[in-house]
Amino acid sequence: MTATRTSTLAIRTPEGVVFALQLASPVTRFLAWGVDFVCIMVATSVLGAVVNLLAIFNLDLSQAVTILVFFAVQIGYGFFCEWLWRGQTVGKRFLRLRVVDARGMRLQFSQIVIRNLLRFVDMLPAFYLVGGVATLLNARTQRLGDLAANTIVIRTPQIDQPDLEQMLAGKFNSLRSHPHLEARLRQKITPVEASLALQAILRRDEFEPRARAELFTRLGQYFRSIVEFPPDAVENITDEQYLRNVVDTVFRSRRTEA
Amino acid sequence: MIIDLAKFIAAEQPGWDELDTILKKIEADPHRPLPLDQTRRFHYLYERTAADLAKLNTFANEPDTRRFLESLVARAYGEIHETREKSHRFQPLRWFTVIFPQTFRRHINVFWLTVVITLAGCLFGGMATLLDPESRHVTMPFGHDRMKPSERVAQEEKAKHDRFAGEKATFSTYLMTHNTKVSIFTMALGMTWGVGTIIMLFYNGVSLGAISVDYIADGQGKFLAGWLLPHGSFEIPAILIAGQAGLLLGRALIGRGTRKNLGERLREISTDLVTLIGGVGVMLIWAGLVESFFSQYHEPVIPYMVKIVFGLVELTVLILFLWKSGSRTKLTG
Repeated sequence: MTATRTSTLAIRTPEGVVFALQLASPVTRFLAWGVDFVCIMVATSVLGAVVNLLAIFNLDLSQAVTILVFFAVQIGYGFFCEWLWRGQTVGKRFLRLRVVDARGMRLQFSQIVIRNLLRFVDMLPAFYLVGGVATLLNARTQRLGDLAANTIVIRTPQIDQPDLEQMLAGKFNSLRSHPHLEARLRQKITPVEASLALQAILRRDEFEPRARAELFTRLGQYFRSIVEFPPDAVENITDEQYLRNVVDTVFRSRRTEA
Repeated sequence: MIIDLAKFIAAEQPGWDELDTILKKIEADPHRPLPLDQTRRFHYLYERTAADLAKLNTFANEPDTRRFLESLVARAYGEIHETREKSHRFQPLRWFTVIFPQTFRRHINVFWLTVVITLAGCLFGGMATLLDPESRHVTMPFGHDRMKPSERVAQEEKAKHDRFAGEKATFSTYLMTHNTKVSIFTMALGMTWGVGTIIMLFYNGVSLGAISVDYIADGQGKFLAGWLLPHGSFEIPAILIAGQAGLLLGRALIGRGTRKNLGERLREISTDLVTLIGGVGVMLIWAGLVESFFSQYHEPVIPYMVKIVFGLVELTVLILFLWKSGSRTKLTG
């Protein structure tokens, strides 16, 4: 099991298979806590208003229940949500984070309790300063509660299937006339590179014109160097078109045959 | 190497879907055991999906499928390779009467250490009060330094009206929640390699020692016993047990005398920490009720001897409970 500052935790199973968990950054976690803080405030306000109605019958009882409700919500919010949603609170769901066991095992109730009780130390002296510093210093971005409970917080981004049909349909791909080189490109390109090219094409309209041109020039140069196609296939096409052809080549087989 | 990716995905997809369905079933109800044939099937599907992931790891044009398989394998891995016993359905009575006292006894040496630290604090607080009466302004909490014990006793015994009338439930709840927070904090400070927990225990001892010596020196020992024993017989041991949990945590962090790594050491004590702090919470509920509804009433409303005997009976019951309860029951986990 290895963790790097690039915020992934790779776990090797006894079967020799490696899978990676993306660690949540301290800032994302702080934002999730902000959402949870608002939820706690809203919950205590609403419940407080409801409990105040008891004052009609008995003021002492109403005040006692109010104290109890505040305490239960503040302490129990984390336990309840993380147990109910298997490692998620409202804030974590909102920011697509999840608490998991540090070795990839099943999250136990005792782990949830410990990481939430240890907030008492992590939140010292204010605004989770101790916990925040701990996450910055720890390779697995664990606060003290995570360390004691053997838990980590990971990102669980929703991966939308790219709409390749709409993006690539009707576009001429000059690389297709060299199937043996296309096969070599598919073989040589790494998953990260393929994903990079796809993301660049999918998000091309989000860039400023100058930044877009610079980005595709650099990417074009790089991808042209992976496999060299004959001049007739690559001449007179822009770097962006070249990258579009690469994406079509790499992702085409599944689209057309599935 | 995969020659025909589309064919490969089409062939394997049903297996992945089946594994996903089984995992959802397990996740929805972790307590329901899978039948043997389904367990075998689950294991087979996990291994097959893991092998698929290994094949796909080198394949460039399926990053999304690879991520999907990674998440599937990660979920199944947690269920297959988990060696800790699955948590039973929570049985509150069994937990409190069997598991809590057994856990307490399993770490009794650490508890004695908390007693020693608190007694050292008591000694320090007591000596400070005797040798330097001015120190009472520092060592005594909750305004006990503002008047002499004999003055307070006279004031309490002359009181014509119930000063907690209409506030008993509020006061009781405040005490429960406040003391529970202090206990959790005492345990959590174990993360400072136990140093913070030791300071908390010592400071509690200082306050207790200072107040006790102040009352005894002023000839108010009987009042003190009647005031503190009814709730203190539960409240003070509860703080000590919270300290026991904190020191356990600190010991696991230091890891002296064991070759296990930090993760394993913390994993070993995690359930015990939760059990101890849960037991502390229950004890403090009782202490809060007694302090609010009983301890704060003195002679002539309640004779001191009644309060002292009540406190002693509570203490005896607590000692017997922690010493004997659940001793004949063997834990399976």
